[in-house]
Amino acid sequence: MIVVELGKLFRRRRTWLTIALLNLLPTIVAVLLAVTGIAPRPGQGPAFLSAVVANGSLFAIAALAIVLPLFLPISVAVVAGEAVAGESQAGTLRYLLIRPVGRTRLLVAKLVASTAYVLVSVLTVAAVGFVVGRLTLGNAPLSQSMVSVSGTLLTPGQIAWRTVLAIAFITFSMLGVAAMALFLSTLTDSPQTATLGALAFLIGSSLLLTIDAARPLQPYLPTRYWLTFVDLYRDPLLLSGVERGVGLQAVYVAVLLGAAWANFATKDITS
Amino acid sequence: MIRTEGLVKRYGAVAAVDGIDLDVRPGDVYGFLGANGSGKTTTVRCLLGLVLATSGEVRVLGQPMPKNAASVLPRVGALVEGPAAYGHLSGAANLTILDASGPAPQGPLGGGRRGRRDRVAQALSLVGLASVGRRPVRAYSLGMRQRLGLAGALLRQPELLVLDEPTNGLDPQGILEVRTLLQTLNAAGTTVFLSSHLLAEVEELCTRIGLLDRGRLVVQEDLATLRAPTGRVVVRTPDADEAHRLLDGRVEVREDDLLFVRTADAAEINARLVAAGLRVVELGPERRRLEDVIAERTSARAPGEVAR
Repeated sequence: MIVVELGKLFRRRRTWLTIALLNLLPTIVAVLLAVTGIAPRPGQGPAFLSAVVANGSLFAIAALAIVLPLFLPISVAVVAGEAVAGESQAGTLRYLLIRPVGRTRLLVAKLVASTAYVLVSVLTVAAVGFVVGRLTLGNAPLSQSMVSVSGTLLTPGQIAWRTVLAIAFITFSMLGVAAMALFLSTLTDSPQTATLGALAFLIGSSLLLTIDAARPLQPYLPTRYWLTFVDLYRDPLLLSGVERGVGLQAVYVAVLLGAAWANFATKDITS
Repeated sequence: MIRTEGLVKRYGAVAAVDGIDLDVRPGDVYGFLGANGSGKTTTVRCLLGLVLATSGEVRVLGQPMPKNAASVLPRVGALVEGPAAYGHLSGAANLTILDASGPAPQGPLGGGRRGRRDRVAQALSLVGLASVGRRPVRAYSLGMRQRLGLAGALLRQPELLVLDEPTNGLDPQGILEVRTLLQTLNAAGTTVFLSSHLLAEVEELCTRIGLLDRGRLVVQEDLATLRAPTGRVVVRTPDADEAHRLLDGRVEVREDDLLFVRTADAAEINARLVAAGLRVVELGPERRRLEDVIAERTSARAPGEVAR
């Protein structure tokens, strides 16, 4: 069933179109930076953009920082929101269930497919960012060191494995979005409702992060630690935010998936 | 094959299905009749484990549902409330996905990936879709989608077919083809549970009837019993006055040139009429039509009322 679901997702033109669009914004930013040479001053604009003008390879990380706050969660919410509600809307859900596919099995397959989508899109953004960065923003030799966020130098080897960690962290953060959208997807027969519901949840969370009065809530908001992946490029490595982020996402994922399963396993399928 | 006891399904305060005791026997072509909103589809969904019954027991192929869905459903093919498919894929691709999604036991239902292409091709040719090629389902007509839905139900050569309005959207030729197909399958041992509101279809095809009225099963009987002779003979003759006089007292009702005669022996009546030189257009034992049975057994509905 997992293979079937992966096939359904990745043999669909729409999936690749979404991933292509996801890469469009970082590419535009890279081209603009290359043409104008105007980088934001350190500490302003998306993370790492000030560094990429000197070293195009770093644009892989900058590209992730660009799509992380909005575009990546939107595409994840679209895919995961579609997972069950899309089948339900098309009427194919009932035929899958009487084939029979166990309900838990179907949900797990949908979850794995959504996770695979998250991983593929994050990796694609990093890879495209790397290639585009090198093509447009200077071909500094790969062996060149990078100035860390703390101001010291990081060797290319350190950058590489920290980038792997960053990709893993971002993927895991997006699983929280996927779990939310999947849960809503089991509640409604309309994929759009599930997607928009998940986005409303994230936008609400982002909004509360900007309000001082909401400070007691902030450590528990799902988007709170997303950008802490920047800490992975500090020297020495600062892991407290990343660790808290992973813990918080794990709780959200577990609770939301549990709710999705509890709802879907006993739901009357009337679509 | 299908047995329910006191099956009840409530949606809030409304009982969509209100205490149904179904009994479908092996080899039946069971016609499940009822008006729109009488609970047919809800019952079908309960049988297949899509909707969980509020109370009552459901047994399909002798096993409790939905508890044993994993071992029962591979032996059942179904069409529930219209066909459904992925619009951007071809019919064959849709069937391939369906085939790959479920279990692949050994035996007559059997086989995994190796036989898949053959099973899909066979199911498509059974319903007359062998030559549609790679066209996406989005571009199919309603009738073609219906055929694809049937192909999906037949994919694994099930012992029991549960079909909800299978001829919906088909042209007369298509209806005839589906009827022939179902008769062939039934002759080969498949039990068919056919839910429909088309009396003509059920009368042509079915051996047993269950009639649903507002969530209750009001009739469950062999079609032959329901349509048994009424003990009267119907005579149509242009010489109705003379015939009425000749058959003194045995004519119960007269409608212009139609006489309803109380007797079991149609041949005797025929002989007497012909001997008297009267012209007879039609003559035969009166049988009740399914339509009459239904009108008799179901409560009257206000005009415009669809469901409760």
